[in-house]
Amino acid sequence: MSNRLRAWLIATPALLLVFIFLGLPVLSTFVTTFGDPKGPLSTYSAFFNSRFRMTVLWRTMEVALITTIISVAIGFVTAWVVARVPSRLKSLLIIAAVFPLLTGVVVRSFAWLVILGKNGILNNFLLSIGVISEPFSMLYTQGSVIVAMVYLFVPLMILTLVGVLEGIPKDLIDAAASLGATPTAAFRQVVFPMAVPGLIVGAVLVFTGSFTSYATPQLLGGERQMMMGTFLYQRAMVTFDWVGASTIATVMVVVTLATVLVMSKVARKLNPMAG
Amino acid sequence: MKTRIHPVLIFITVVTFLFLLGPLVVIIGASLSDTSYLTFPPQGLTLHWYSNIFEISAFTRTMGTSFMLAIGGTTLSMLIGIPAAYALARYRVELPSFLGNIFVLPILIPEIVLGFSLMKSLASGFGVPIIAALLVGHALIVLPYTVRVVGASLNSFDFSIEEAAVSLGCPRYKAFFTVVLPNIRAGIIAGFILAFITSLNDVSISIFLTGPGVSTLPIQLLAHMEQFFDPTIASVSVLLMGVTVAVMAVVERTLGLTFLTK
Repeated sequence: MSNRLRAWLIATPALLLVFIFLGLPVLSTFVTTFGDPKGPLSTYSAFFNSRFRMTVLWRTMEVALITTIISVAIGFVTAWVVARVPSRLKSLLIIAAVFPLLTGVVVRSFAWLVILGKNGILNNFLLSIGVISEPFSMLYTQGSVIVAMVYLFVPLMILTLVGVLEGIPKDLIDAAASLGATPTAAFRQVVFPMAVPGLIVGAVLVFTGSFTSYATPQLLGGERQMMMGTFLYQRAMVTFDWVGASTIATVMVVVTLATVLVMSKVARKLNPMAG
Repeated sequence: MKTRIHPVLIFITVVTFLFLLGPLVVIIGASLSDTSYLTFPPQGLTLHWYSNIFEISAFTRTMGTSFMLAIGGTTLSMLIGIPAAYALARYRVELPSFLGNIFVLPILIPEIVLGFSLMKSLASGFGVPIIAALLVGHALIVLPYTVRVVGASLNSFDFSIEEAAVSLGCPRYKAFFTVVLPNIRAGIIAGFILAFITSLNDVSISIFLTGPGVSTLPIQLLAHMEQFFDPTIASVSVLLMGVTVAVMAVVERTLGLTFLTK
């Protein structure tokens, strides 16, 4: 048996699993969107002409974008410090970041339900110090969804960036310093450009992750802050509008893939190591 | 030369870690409160809410389902993922380079879209039993982890050892089991355990494939939260955090947690 044939045979079961149970069902979802009796593209024109659906789409993009910007900023600063502390402390901090990452989305969103609820900790605290005179509802707002999402994605950002920042040779920074660069200049002209590709990878993970999330907007946003994920679920399982649900699903896939493709192109262009 | 870190950056880092760990401390505290509602700091201490978990059959039943699903789905993805990772690492020249990307697809396609599509095609279209569709869905979403983690182990494996065994007359399959597998054991254990926790915590696939008959623990928790607000949810959450601690201990002992920063 040739090596080539053997290689294909060994990889086949996994390829089949992906093809049969991911490729075909997702393709069938795409195909469903063109099967509307009113014409092949009518479901899309209905989607893009509906004020409600566009509101959900823009809201989801907005929440995902704000979440990404905050997570990148917090994650970058924290990763910068974590990458620089003594190794004992560094392992401790990495453990502290991995722990929430490996804890489930439901548990982590639930924590914010307890904190932000009407009888929650934050309200009680604000009441006790007299900032507010009666509890107000912080839940089911865009802010509550964003806080919980940032909470979900900061650990991912920290862990991605610690790896990236550690990979930047210290010699380069020393070289910049010995050539007279101030720490700020060395950071701006050496460290940051080298971290940009990693930053983009992390940002894409956070953006697509929050754009397609379900549990967090469901728990903390409710009906009022419906996002694409909760909208898809509602269309599919509550109103049983499968053409509509498939359209939402297709829009989600297109946005996700477009983000990944465009941003990986940008990352390649900005990579100073790629020459 | 020691690099100094600006105090403002240290302050931000401290606040970030308080932000990351605080909410988990809140859950632990709330689970111990001797009140019928969730509150923090706990008022009075009790373990009642832990024993209460086992009074609610919906929790014990879905806990069983979730664990079996996580073990079954992960095992399935390992059985086909290890050979795939092996093929990708061993026959790099013979296989087209895009093949590795195919195993990233389950990450690239939004999970919720995959969940919906599986429900529509498998469960509804072909009448596949819910539990089988769940198993396949979970195997799919953990496949990228198993292929990647096992692949990382294989990339540092010296295949000339395997060739030596084969050239000395050892059959190929036997060389795989006696030479390759023992050398990538750490990667297999770490991959299994990371896939296990991913499956255990999954919401987006399961939400479409569960119903009154079959449900998983995270879905049951979601449903419970929408109706009740007692500390039982907090105590279940703490149990799940215990599983996370166990998972981290295993990863630390096999690949080391710093593996996750790569």
